[in-house]
Amino acid sequence: MGANLLSMTTFIPAIAAAILALILRGDDEAAQRNAKWLAMAATGLTFVVSLFILIGFDPNNTGFQFVEDREWIMGLNYKMGVDGISILFVMLTTFLMPIVIASCWTVTTRVKEYMIAFLLLETLMLGVFLALDLVLFYLFFEAGLIPMFLIIGIWGGKNRIYASFKFFLYTFLGSVLMLVAMVAMYADAGTTDIPTLMNWTFGTETFSILGVQLIGGMQTLLWLAFFASFAVKMPMWPVHTWLPDAHVQAPTAGSVVLAAILLKMGGYGFLRFSLPMFPVGSAVMADLVLWMSAIAIVYTSLVALVQQDMKKLIAYSSVAHMGFVTMGIFTFNQQGLDGAIFQMLSHGFISGALFLCVGVIYDRMHTREIDAYGGLVNRMPAYALIFMFFTMANVGLPGTSGFVGEFLTLMAAFQVNTWVAAVATTGVIFSAAYALWLYRRVVMGDLIKESLKSITDMTTRERVIFAPLVIMTLLLGIYPSLVTDIIGPSVTALVDQVEAAQSAFALSNVTAAASY
Amino acid sequence: MLSQDLNTILPEIILSLYAMGALLAGVYTVKDKAAPLLVWVTSGLFVVVAFWIGTTGEGATSAFSGMFNEDAFSRFAKVAILLSAAAVMVMGQDYMAKRDMLRFEYPLLITLSVVGMMVMVSAGDLMALYMGLELQSLALYVVASLRRDSVKSTEAGLKYFVLGALSSGLLLYGASLTYGFAGTTSFTGIFEATQGGVSLGLLFGLVFLSAGFAFKVSAAPFHMWTPDVYDGSPTPVTAFFATAPKLAAMALFARVMHDAFGNSVSDWQQIVAFLSVISMFLGAIAAIGQKNIKRLMAYSSIAHMGFALMGLAAGTAFGVQAMLVYMAIYVAMNIGTFAFILSLEKNGMPVTNIDALNMYSKREPVKALAMLVLLFSLAGVPPMLGFFGKFYVLQAAYGAGLGWLAVAGVVASVIGAFYYLRIVFFMYFGAEQEEPRLDTGKSPMLWGFLVASAAVMVFGVVNLFGIEPLAEAASLALVN
Repeated sequence: MGANLLSMTTFIPAIAAAILALILRGDDEAAQRNAKWLAMAATGLTFVVSLFILIGFDPNNTGFQFVEDREWIMGLNYKMGVDGISILFVMLTTFLMPIVIASCWTVTTRVKEYMIAFLLLETLMLGVFLALDLVLFYLFFEAGLIPMFLIIGIWGGKNRIYASFKFFLYTFLGSVLMLVAMVAMYADAGTTDIPTLMNWTFGTETFSILGVQLIGGMQTLLWLAFFASFAVKMPMWPVHTWLPDAHVQAPTAGSVVLAAILLKMGGYGFLRFSLPMFPVGSAVMADLVLWMSAIAIVYTSLVALVQQDMKKLIAYSSVAHMGFVTMGIFTFNQQGLDGAIFQMLSHGFISGALFLCVGVIYDRMHTREIDAYGGLVNRMPAYALIFMFFTMANVGLPGTSGFVGEFLTLMAAFQVNTWVAAVATTGVIFSAAYALWLYRRVVMGDLIKESLKSITDMTTRERVIFAPLVIMTLLLGIYPSLVTDIIGPSVTALVDQVEAAQSAFALSNVTAAASY
Repeated sequence: MLSQDLNTILPEIILSLYAMGALLAGVYTVKDKAAPLLVWVTSGLFVVVAFWIGTTGEGATSAFSGMFNEDAFSRFAKVAILLSAAAVMVMGQDYMAKRDMLRFEYPLLITLSVVGMMVMVSAGDLMALYMGLELQSLALYVVASLRRDSVKSTEAGLKYFVLGALSSGLLLYGASLTYGFAGTTSFTGIFEATQGGVSLGLLFGLVFLSAGFAFKVSAAPFHMWTPDVYDGSPTPVTAFFATAPKLAAMALFARVMHDAFGNSVSDWQQIVAFLSVISMFLGAIAAIGQKNIKRLMAYSSIAHMGFALMGLAAGTAFGVQAMLVYMAIYVAMNIGTFAFILSLEKNGMPVTNIDALNMYSKREPVKALAMLVLLFSLAGVPPMLGFFGKFYVLQAAYGAGLGWLAVAGVVASVIGAFYYLRIVFFMYFGAEQEEPRLDTGKSPMLWGFLVASAAVMVFGVVNLFGIEPLAEAASLALVN
């Protein structure tokens, strides 16, 4: 089994999607049920298979493990592998997908296609985290747009057309620039093998483009091209505007996938490409990213305060939390990177759960307007409790996983740039403000709205969906070494590599200056 | 000597004799009643000849003192031309028969134009080039106006003819300048004459020749005939215009640039890069407002030609290889897309308005899905094959120091993605409306072509169907 474990994990959902597309006929209730159960079984099986990867994974080996390498077209390779940085993203994906499938149990329109879209999306997302060839990575990265475009466009809300086009074109524009950079890297290094490229030194000679001196030369240019893609995907201020639109219009399950997994691709991209391949470019641009992150944290938190739509509010809060991630990554130290990865995983559980929380009441009332609710605690005690828990986790209450990521990244930022850390910390306060205010307006108070008088509490299915998320959030909050033990050695290796490259560059600059 | 020469051009001779013989037989005997049979026979002959050329040809020979080259490059182009022409002809048969357009001349005119294309891609001399080009064009002018009683079709034919004549004039003028300054019409002669650089007169010749070719491949700013001709011609003919002649003209462009002007890459690189960037942007932007799917495909083809020219602009063997792969993928995509367009009918009448596709996916899930795949492939989104075509040409352009062209290309492809997505929008996202609806498809032939083309786009990701080494051999035959 061991040899093809990664390919198996990646392609089980795709095979299930093919079975659904080719074999399952009809659109009656039985067919819909079969489609859902098949999707459930496939995602469940994927999770089980991925557990074998986690069990067999050796955290102390900082290289790539379970590597598969086959020749492909155009001198490219079909190469897959995991290391300490990618393994937990793989686990996050396989863990969340059954929950996502379970959350769309009440969907009745075009169920078969819906399941196919999610299964394909899972394959593509896993491929992104596992690919060890530039073009293979790009293939998965970009192809993920297609199912997501369809999920928003077909099953989305009223304004879905605008949102889906904006989502597609925005992210497409970001990633095609990355494609050009990849072509340039292929031309420079003569290979698209990611492990080789991670140890390849791209030129750092300063040159000028259109009269602008570019410090760090080729590396900075390549870094910028990758940044264009990952910053949009992440999304970072000021290119985040597609996210609220996409979230608001996407169906609940689509929002969960988008927030919990798709956004992590940007952060993963920074860790896998920007830092190890362009350490000098990263260093040159680090201040810019740090300040953009700080602005994102404060600005989007303030924007979240005034939102009328619950999903939009959570979407803006996602942008703010992703700000902590980019801030942590570009501190280039152990706490920062640990914290960034931790924050991404924790945000995967928490934001996913929050969108599910919105989904629960949206299914009942078919509105996401905050003003339409109030006093839900009177009729939905279980819901109030769950929502409370994830609101607190979102705020970063110690004991939940949200706290660890924020704390680590802030601590790392404080060592590098005190001002950025100071500004970002105010964002923590704002996040408490908007999250608690949202909770108060929706759940607390008297139940005065006539339409809410007959609302029912969560069903067993809904409670079962939330249970694993609650467990994971608590577990990671109380015992964070669970994560840091796995990612630690790989992160250390990455930090050392980046530091060595950056100090070599600084040294060469010093000697160059001395020789004048 | 002569027998050897004749042996080299045997495929062309056979096809010409077949066309003339069938024409005579048709005129004196059964006329249009034999048309369906002729279509099948002609397509079969194309396929047989394609296999013959593809499997038996090897090495490089030239005939008639260098007038005609038979090498890996011409074989690659010929096989692609023959196969795509056969596919398009079979595909359009039902459509034409239903509308009483299936004259027996149709397959024979196509045969003649295919012969012209085969001469074009093999040309080793400006004379042979012009002969091939005109044979191809004259046949196509007639085919464009096949529907004599339709104003639009006649207009398309006339427009094509007048503008085509103009471009032929430009081309001839360029050829005469080239002859005047190089002292020879043979490509090898011109190649030698430009050893020490290009004189001003030759440069003018080069520019006029390029303009003529740009017209034939419908690259901007010589594209203006394309939308009208695509729109006005009967759809099967449009499908033909979009495939084989494009490939042939592109191959001819590459042949002249490398065989005759291979010494002065830096002189024509600018021209081709300019054509490329203008075509990509014009194709992408002008298609946004189109409501007619045939016009939309016309602009789409302009944009695609821009990308193919990007490969040529690299001026390297790899560039030619990239261009050939791109064109092969382009042709495969277009066959499927036009199979789809051909199948759009309402009450038996052809429909070209994309509004009519509203919620098409509900009624025809398989066809809609296949079309979805093709559209994303046309837009260049991985993992469809269209992406690999783009990746190839980007790599070639970047490798030749045309990084700016690569960046312009990807930006244009994002703009272009919009209108492909718009068709997806109509098929999948549109609001449910009762009337008017499209007829549900009945033609298994079109269904087959559409689904096969989509399958090619998806499964090509495994190994591009082994087209790579063939294109590489072809490019090495041309550039050395």
